[in-house]
Amino acid sequence: MTVRDIQEILHATVISGEEHTDREVHTACGSDMMSDVLAFVKDQSVLLTGLVNPQVVRTADMMDMVCIVFVRGKQPDEAIVRLAESRDIVLMNTNLRMFTACGLLYDRGLRGGNDGNE
Amino acid sequence: MAMSDEIRLRFEISGDDFTRAGEASSSVKKELKKLGIDPQAVRKVAIAMYEGEINMVIHANGGAIDVVIHPDCIDMILKDNGPGIENVALAMQEGYSTAPDNVRSLGFGAGMGLPNMKKYTDEMQIETERGVGTTVTMKVHI
Repeated sequence: MTVRDIQEILHATVISGEEHTDREVHTACGSDMMSDVLAFVKDQSVLLTGLVNPQVVRTADMMDMVCIVFVRGKQPDEAIVRLAESRDIVLMNTNLRMFTACGLLYDRGLRGGNDGNE
Repeated sequence: MAMSDEIRLRFEISGDDFTRAGEASSSVKKELKKLGIDPQAVRKVAIAMYEGEINMVIHANGGAIDVVIHPDCIDMILKDNGPGIENVALAMQEGYSTAPDNVRSLGFGAGMGLPNMKKYTDEMQIETERGVGTTVTMKVHI
């Protein structure tokens, strides 16, 4: 699955990083708690979150994540967008809620990574 | 090992601006990448230091972080003059947090900071004294 596929599945709008949407995504993580995201390293991952602050981008950066999806139509401010651009992380938002967004991606084959529970 | 083999970095962490928390860890990550250090090790250092940096801002009104890059390992020394940790054993438990509610609304304070720091490092020591401060020392092998 690519970042572009995620955008289509979630009917999401790309906010920034359009040039990186051909990147492969292997796993996903949905959380508003950044320490929970930091607890499990995954490769080539996408982060779905309802939290909007610069720490979302920093967390994704530390984890080498390729894309952040803001759920429930949340809109990041200019500082967050600039930070994501400097880290080559794609930002998008969708009007879907967290559960639905995660469910749609799971249904299309995306998994949570190597945590032994699936 | 000769002293010249080391690279030392020092960061002063401001305690009053949560939005800037993580800038030091981000700089270290970039520097380690530039040095061509194994990406897995880079990620471990970045995550552990980031959690520590966040803790400093949330709990201790900032502090200082020293990073020493050796040929075979990376040391991180995080020192603050905050309130100290009352019960280290409890603080090391996943899910235990003393962070105020407003911190949770920022995405932290889930009680995973110290456990994550231990998880991603090969060695970790905590020295803490109530009312004096806390020093966390972490090592990641390359």
